[in-house]
Amino acid sequence: MPERHVIAVKGLWTEFDGHLVHRGIDLEVHAGEILALVGGSGSGKTTLLRQMVGLERPSRGSVEVFGFDLRQAPPAIRAKIRKRWGVLFQEGALYSALPVFDNLALPLRELRAFDEDFIRDLALLKLDMVDIERRHAARMPSELSGGMVKRVALARALVLEPELLFLDEPTAGLDPDRSESFVRLLASLRERLGLTVVMVTHDLDTLVSLADRVAVLFMGELITVGTVPEVVRVDHPFIRSFFGGDRGQRALSTLEPDAHAGN
Amino acid sequence: MADPAPARIRDPEIDAEPSADGTHTVRLGGAWDIRALEFRARALGVELARFAARDAWDLTGIERLDHVGALLLWRAWARKRPERLRLAPAQELFFQNLDRADSGGRSTTLRRSLLDPLAALGRRAIAVGSHLAGIVRLAGQVVLDGAWVIANPSRGPWREVSATLHRAGAQALAITALVGFLIGIVLSYLSAEQLRTFGAGIYVINIVGIGIIRELGPVLAAILVAGRSGSAITAQLGVMRVTEELDALNVMGISAGVRLILPKVIGLVIAVPLLVVWTDAIALIGAMLAARLELDISFNLFLQTLPVAVPTANLWLGLVKGAVFGALIALTACHFGLRIRPNTESLGAGTTQSVVTAITIVLIVDSMFAVAFSNIGLELRG
Repeated sequence: MPERHVIAVKGLWTEFDGHLVHRGIDLEVHAGEILALVGGSGSGKTTLLRQMVGLERPSRGSVEVFGFDLRQAPPAIRAKIRKRWGVLFQEGALYSALPVFDNLALPLRELRAFDEDFIRDLALLKLDMVDIERRHAARMPSELSGGMVKRVALARALVLEPELLFLDEPTAGLDPDRSESFVRLLASLRERLGLTVVMVTHDLDTLVSLADRVAVLFMGELITVGTVPEVVRVDHPFIRSFFGGDRGQRALSTLEPDAHAGN
Repeated sequence: MADPAPARIRDPEIDAEPSADGTHTVRLGGAWDIRALEFRARALGVELARFAARDAWDLTGIERLDHVGALLLWRAWARKRPERLRLAPAQELFFQNLDRADSGGRSTTLRRSLLDPLAALGRRAIAVGSHLAGIVRLAGQVVLDGAWVIANPSRGPWREVSATLHRAGAQALAITALVGFLIGIVLSYLSAEQLRTFGAGIYVINIVGIGIIRELGPVLAAILVAGRSGSAITAQLGVMRVTEELDALNVMGISAGVRLILPKVIGLVIAVPLLVVWTDAIALIGAMLAARLELDISFNLFLQTLPVAVPTANLWLGLVKGAVFGALIALTACHFGLRIRPNTESLGAGTTQSVVTAITIVLIVDSMFAVAFSNIGLELRG
């Protein structure tokens, strides 16, 4: 049975200490697409991402990834699923006690499938893909700039060749040039590997140039899901302020008919 | 439901056909990605080693390729592209990336040097020196901050001092009482056993009195405070440094010395002597109980003999020691807290180091006191 959708969120409610984060969210992520989650601060974007990777427990409803409910699946299946995705956390979440190189080598060593030389080649290759020079491989995460932490974290998320990538604010804190190359890297990865990406972002440029579909969250509810032009047409105060500002207009102006397909 | 490792993708396949010139035509098929290779990478590596870059390679039959599979082949080819290679266009990316990564040079930065242990020893020696210098500098800063507070008493950190007193003093009452009580009983029992053989049971009061008031009370209280509050202070300052809160105070023009370090020092200088008195009292009660049970010395006799057996100078000495220990613990804890580097391991190591150093310093200074004051408060009476 082919996987039509990689993730299915069904009637999801999340509650923290009596505070409702999600009120009945239904969302599907299709195989091979880049889905962007947008919404104001506190609208539950990051929590939705955390629900998808099984870090939070739904109060009601379910989240299925690769056809399995993470909460119900047997541990062996869960372990397999976890090897098929990569997660980029908002602050990078690099292991602060390990140098950059070991941050990438750790998940590879955990597989116990490759010898140390192979792991070294693979880890350095991934660093190369995100434009981290080799001399930085021995440095500690605390010695890196914010943008470099992001890129190392992306390399770590990619190190197990995931089919599904979760990105929490991937371009926040990157300079425009780096954002640009990040967008190019993701686009090429998606093209060659058939990567499915779920990303939380505020960056309109990234959104417009990468996202196939956009899911807009507002006060814990899903207002709309669709392509950027579809979403822009929805009449909602949040969407008006999000896309309607000068920055939004500038980003959207690059989105001429059919230009989107050629990113 | 689909299995996480879909069965429709075939396992990695190697199909070699000898050619007339002694080389092979190697056709690969199936999945050459991390999921398929996870359990076969070593075996396939050995199998691929039979072929080399001079053979003809056909990768178009591969259904799934990723960097892991590409790297496996790349190594079999001795890190260069074979001349006769057929690729699907989508596979090009992986080998381009590999080629580009190699052109970055095989770095040597990850290699370790034989001189590393020697360098590590040197670094440790320098670190000890720099810690000592750091603590002295911090003590100087505290004196300056203290002078400033005396000049501007209304702007002193009194609220913080009170918080330190509560946390390091009031909240430590239970644990110091328990430890003091047990040590008092043990000391009294052991001495009683020995003294009884000589018929000198009454001198147990001299031994436990001097021992507890002069030595054990101050040292026990100081060790417990170093463990409880010293570690807390180090961790607090360490986290504040990691999260840049100290820098935030700095740019607001608020002195971390006056707001954070001075109150800890003042707080412990007041709290530790008070805890010493408390520990002394409870330990003496324990000793009194044991003496009564073991030697039949009544509470009344014990309490009447105690002031005669133990000169008051011992109590003052104990209090002074307590104050000095308090200051040293606070300074050591603050010093290590300010040295925490922004990673999880440093926080743990720094806290441990802080407690161990504080306890060691307390014991070293205690032995200095013992030598320096050996002719005070020990004249035999009774």
